[in-house]
Amino acid sequence: MTGTRSQTLEPPEQSLQAQAAISLRGIEKSFGAFTAVRNLDLDIASGEFFSLLGPSGSGKTTVLRMIAGFERPTDGSIELGGEMVTDKAPFERKVNTVFQDYALFPHLNVAQNVEYGLKLRKVPRAQRQQMVNDALEMIRLPQVARRLPSQLSGGQRQRVALARALILKPQVLLLDEPLGALDKQLREQMQIELKQIQREVGITFVFVTHDQEEALSLSDRVAVFNDGRIDQVGSPADLYERPATRFVASFLGHTNLIEGDLARQLLGAPGPFSLRPEHVRVAPSARAANDQQASLTATVREVVYTGSCTRFVASTPSGADIIFQELNGASTQPPQRGAEVVLEFDRRHAVAI
Amino acid sequence: MQLSRTAKFSLGAFAIVAMAGIYLPLLLVITNSFNATTSGAFPIQDWTTKWWVAAWHNEGVREALWTSIKVASIATVIALVLGTMISFALARYEFFGKHTVNLLVVLPIALPGIVTGVAFSNTFKHVFEPLGIGLGMLSVIVGHATFCVVMVFNNVQARLGRVNRGLEEAAMDMGANLFTTFSQVTFPAIRSALIAGGLLAFALSFDEIVVTTFTTAPGTETLPIWIFNNMSRPNQAPVVNVIAAVLIVFSMIPVYLSQKLTGDDRD
Repeated sequence: MTGTRSQTLEPPEQSLQAQAAISLRGIEKSFGAFTAVRNLDLDIASGEFFSLLGPSGSGKTTVLRMIAGFERPTDGSIELGGEMVTDKAPFERKVNTVFQDYALFPHLNVAQNVEYGLKLRKVPRAQRQQMVNDALEMIRLPQVARRLPSQLSGGQRQRVALARALILKPQVLLLDEPLGALDKQLREQMQIELKQIQREVGITFVFVTHDQEEALSLSDRVAVFNDGRIDQVGSPADLYERPATRFVASFLGHTNLIEGDLARQLLGAPGPFSLRPEHVRVAPSARAANDQQASLTATVREVVYTGSCTRFVASTPSGADIIFQELNGASTQPPQRGAEVVLEFDRRHAVAI
Repeated sequence: MQLSRTAKFSLGAFAIVAMAGIYLPLLLVITNSFNATTSGAFPIQDWTTKWWVAAWHNEGVREALWTSIKVASIATVIALVLGTMISFALARYEFFGKHTVNLLVVLPIALPGIVTGVAFSNTFKHVFEPLGIGLGMLSVIVGHATFCVVMVFNNVQARLGRVNRGLEEAAMDMGANLFTTFSQVTFPAIRSALIAGGLLAFALSFDEIVVTTFTTAPGTETLPIWIFNNMSRPNQAPVVNVIAAVLIVFSMIPVYLSQKLTGDDRD
């Protein structure tokens, strides 16, 4: 008795595997001569907030559309919740999508839009109405039920699109740059709301974005796309602190690429290394380099004030640029343009890539 | 753009002259249908409605009208089916020779009617007649369908370019199968383009004479053919005026409707 119980509590390796909400194996997608996605493997766990991050044209939206069923992979297989769906149509998959332009039906009002999928599933009328009310309550828009999409603001449309997809209780919710059309303030507000809703409903979210800040702040894990391939998959901290490639290091935030002679001089290897600007500081006084610290002299070339901190661009005598950053309001006098400074950083912060 | 007074005046005058050149002869036909003399002498001395009564009771006119309606209706239905299918194929799929197909579909509208007529006449006489299908109603319908297809094709293809494909994807995403998606999303979006294309196709077929002349056989007389055959007969000429007057009014309706329909949901 106890034996069976402990078995259920600790599922064997195999059933952990089966819990993956999405499994992509060897996915290739070409449009004519153009290859959008190359030999891609990816597992997304159930209940995860997973982001596909990359510049435009890197293949992230194509991957999303293949999961939704709008595109058929040229090669490879797609599993959703353990079920092979590679050749299935969108209406045969238990995923729903929030489209970039929301794709709300213009001739249906908000309630009818949200109700659409339930009607197709032949949910009884009374139950349907209750579910629509609940959904509009969840997005805090019960007052717009009778309005047409054209009478809504961008943020309201976005939330209606979200409700319309979530009401169907999909295994996976796909979001294609859903906040791209909103202005910055609204976007940040919606990010918080989105994260809250995801936590409440517990559905796997797959989120496509080109905004690294958005991906880092929302996601449990992020896949960084570069030219049809995934460069690195990991938690936001993994990606930011331990970038695997030059592309990941430079795409997520600012970084210093230290290579060649400078790398040999400072770190004893040709590199390249990635060093985040916030890890470089002005040495308080002339202090000899030791085992942990590396130091160098440079001339400040640019000073960029960004509100919470100030970013400096400095040039070493050999011509390499070093970016460093200081929090504003620190007691020390910030360096001026043209000043010669001694910079130092912990060697452990330089990540070989 | 601001125009000077002189420019405005001369452009206005030019427009009036041009319009008059087009519409005065039409007006003449209508007034002449009420002219009591058979010679069509002008100005009109005696007004009468007897030609209208004669036209109403004319067996030849009735038969020709019925033939024209049948031909135009069937050609329009063929055009709607084929035109819609071709426009979907060309708008939605990539395939080898796509641009050639596009050109081949549109070509019949630019081809002189006489060429189409001769081609069909020869084909039916030398290929189909030995098989038992000679010139007649069928050949007229097929001949008309070649350019009617273009009307539907042009309208539907232009509309498909503007239809938001995201809406179809959204419907399918929420569980609508291909048929439901078409009937609930795609069809409503192209409906007015289909009606407009169909009306234009019908109007085009209804007054066609060149292709009809070559592809028809004795016993199949469309209204334009009947008019053409009876214009030179002095005692039938006034009836011809009546028919022409009726046709002017009736051909305005589909053109007006199709303009209104394609204009309506442009946004």
